[in-house]
Amino acid sequence: MNLDFSDEQKQLREQVRRFLSENCTSETVRTILEGPESYDRKLYQGLAELGVLGAAIPEEYGGVGLGHLELCVVAEELGRVLAPVPVSSSIYLVAEFLLLAGSEAQKQAWLPKLAAAEAVGAFAFAEGQGRVTPAKIKASVSGGKLSGVKSPVADGDVADVAVVAAKNEKGQVSLYLVDLSGKGVSRTTLDTLDPTRGQAALTFDGAAAELLGGEGDGWNIASQVMDRAAVLMAFEQVGGADRALEIARDYALERMAFGRPIGSFQGIKHMLADMYVSATLARSNCYYGAWALNSGAAEFPVAAATARVSATTAFQHCAKNNIQVHGGMGFTWAFDCHLYYRRSNALALALGSLSTWESLLIERMSAGNAETAA
Amino acid sequence: MDFEDTPQEAAFRAEVRAWIDANAPKHLLAELKNASFASNGVVSEDPVSAGKAWQKKKAEAGWACLHWPKEYGGGARTPIERVIWGQEEGLYAALTGAFTIGHGMCGPTVMTWAKEEQKRELLPPLASGETIWCQLFSEPASGSDLAGLRTRAVKADDGSGDWIINGQKIWTSGAQVSDWGLLITRTDPDVPKHKGLTMFFLDMRSPGVEVRPIKQANGQSSFNEVYFTDVRIPDAQRLGEVGQGWEVSLTTLMNERLSIGSGMSTGFPELFRFCMEMEIDGAPAVEDAGVRSKLAQFAVKQSGLKYTGMRAISALSKGETPGPENSIGKLVAGSAMQELSMFALDIQGQAGVIWNDDSPQKGRFQGMLMRSPATRIEGGSDEILRNIIGERVLGLPGDIRIDKDVPFKDIPTSGRKKK
Repeated sequence: MNLDFSDEQKQLREQVRRFLSENCTSETVRTILEGPESYDRKLYQGLAELGVLGAAIPEEYGGVGLGHLELCVVAEELGRVLAPVPVSSSIYLVAEFLLLAGSEAQKQAWLPKLAAAEAVGAFAFAEGQGRVTPAKIKASVSGGKLSGVKSPVADGDVADVAVVAAKNEKGQVSLYLVDLSGKGVSRTTLDTLDPTRGQAALTFDGAAAELLGGEGDGWNIASQVMDRAAVLMAFEQVGGADRALEIARDYALERMAFGRPIGSFQGIKHMLADMYVSATLARSNCYYGAWALNSGAAEFPVAAATARVSATTAFQHCAKNNIQVHGGMGFTWAFDCHLYYRRSNALALALGSLSTWESLLIERMSAGNAETAA
Repeated sequence: MDFEDTPQEAAFRAEVRAWIDANAPKHLLAELKNASFASNGVVSEDPVSAGKAWQKKKAEAGWACLHWPKEYGGGARTPIERVIWGQEEGLYAALTGAFTIGHGMCGPTVMTWAKEEQKRELLPPLASGETIWCQLFSEPASGSDLAGLRTRAVKADDGSGDWIINGQKIWTSGAQVSDWGLLITRTDPDVPKHKGLTMFFLDMRSPGVEVRPIKQANGQSSFNEVYFTDVRIPDAQRLGEVGQGWEVSLTTLMNERLSIGSGMSTGFPELFRFCMEMEIDGAPAVEDAGVRSKLAQFAVKQSGLKYTGMRAISALSKGETPGPENSIGKLVAGSAMQELSMFALDIQGQAGVIWNDDSPQKGRFQGMLMRSPATRIEGGSDEILRNIIGERVLGLPGDIRIDKDVPFKDIPTSGRKKK
């Protein structure tokens, strides 16, 4: 039994951390937050050159062919620095859709580009307010032409290709690969909580759509890929939670009040201890998710939802209390606290809200064996 | 990452499983399974005798105290082998609860501080369950502030070198069945509080020792008060130097947190089973959105603890030492138990107030509700554990201690005004 990353995986972590410390500072994130660009192209290109975008993509499709554990390590580091890049849409989702359900031609066409950051992918799932359910999907495909409005679509403002959930002529949810540079596609950038990960509304009006996976198999495939993405995103969330805790801890050591560092007051010390506890529980649950993802264990759906619920809770907890530890300074634009707060809340809603995943977790546990997860 | 046994681990597991299958008291298993929360489990026979019998059998076959060296009656096994043993022993482990304090805390302290011939005399009977030990630390006026204790040890004036003990301890689990106690005393009130302490081990049947059970908030009596009136202890039963008691006690406390915190259950599997069976509006409770949300949060705490434990074991097996981060086990499990039991009663509606054998799972959740306040206090309160995490894991400054350099006799404590 060994619930830890290998020495090689830890070396990869160090390598990525070093790269990001030079190429993704608070300034990098703020440039995207305040500027017209919706992601840092140079940073994304650098990550591609480092080989980390293709960590879990096989070599024959332009990847490095390592595996999902390596991608988990990378995700955690990206989460620590709030990297303003479309990695979750492009790599955790679209690349995984292609790997799981794409035809050989679809894989050949898009995976090398995604791994090289020459193309960005997006997953178009939601259609407005409320949880996504099969009944809510109104987008439809007829005669290979897609019509409908998808919103919000993460990284939809910059994506070159989208996986779109829509109903086929028989009314079954299916998935379609859509080249967003084609005719019949228009997009509107949306104002959001976290402008460091862009969102858009995509309007399709007879856009060319190519079936991805089997007819009517869309909900099933989406569910499997969302589970994979949930684990990867959970690592981003744990990275963010850990970093928010570190920032809060450092401030508590440095900031003096009533003649002593504020971290010596139990009110602050206990808050930080609770942040450590939630981040630690989430990290352990993420390791379980990573193992299940990589090994293809039967309990993967439970493990994925466990990691997701735990990491979402921990990142929100650490990000909000990071501001609290900082007091008034934490509410200023100048301090980085709000960057973590933004990202924690945006990630909590990506891939479906916390309550959706809580419900999924318990549904899956009731279907299987509660003792497995306990 | 890998959860599978290595071939050696699998072989060890098979050996353990076969031995347990051939030797465990299977007639008690049904009782152990249905034990409601915090009860002794076995009622059809004397639980202490049943525990002693099982421990003796394990010791004879080399399965007792797997973490101890062989010369002291232990099994000298690796951390992973201990985990495998624990998984296979399962519910039978509850039989030997009376030895938890001796094996987990007193034994390691004796092993660290006693003279070699004393270790060889005291430890093997403790390992094999012939003797039971208790830990005489807390006092009415000093729980979390342990070093504020007032039980006095004074040299006898007859030249024998013996010590005379007077005072009172409290919250002593198992004192009524113990043969030996690990006793911390104050030998010098004229120096700051941590410097005037001395540790002994004491024969619990010595004249002047009186054990009085405490009736607890949940109606049980698992803790005791212990009174000392002119109790005599030979100087040879001192552990460490005179005045070194605080250092000795840290060995015990460190082992206590390791021993209590690891592998604690929050009660989640039982709650989940209950929510599958119980109905709300004609459908299983587990299908209710509000129930699901709460259950999911309990589920991720339970599994987070489980996998945090596995990470600690992974580190142990690589030769790393488990540190203060293990304080999270009891901190999380204790409060989760309390919230979880309140939630289980909430689902029962007004009937949640009823606590009898007809209550769901024979009143397990009512029992848990009434026992959990103690879990959040014993072996380090939630607040002390948060201090440990804050100070020793996160590196935050220690609390300001105004009594640090003051002679003990000049410190105001509860029930005693500063002179």
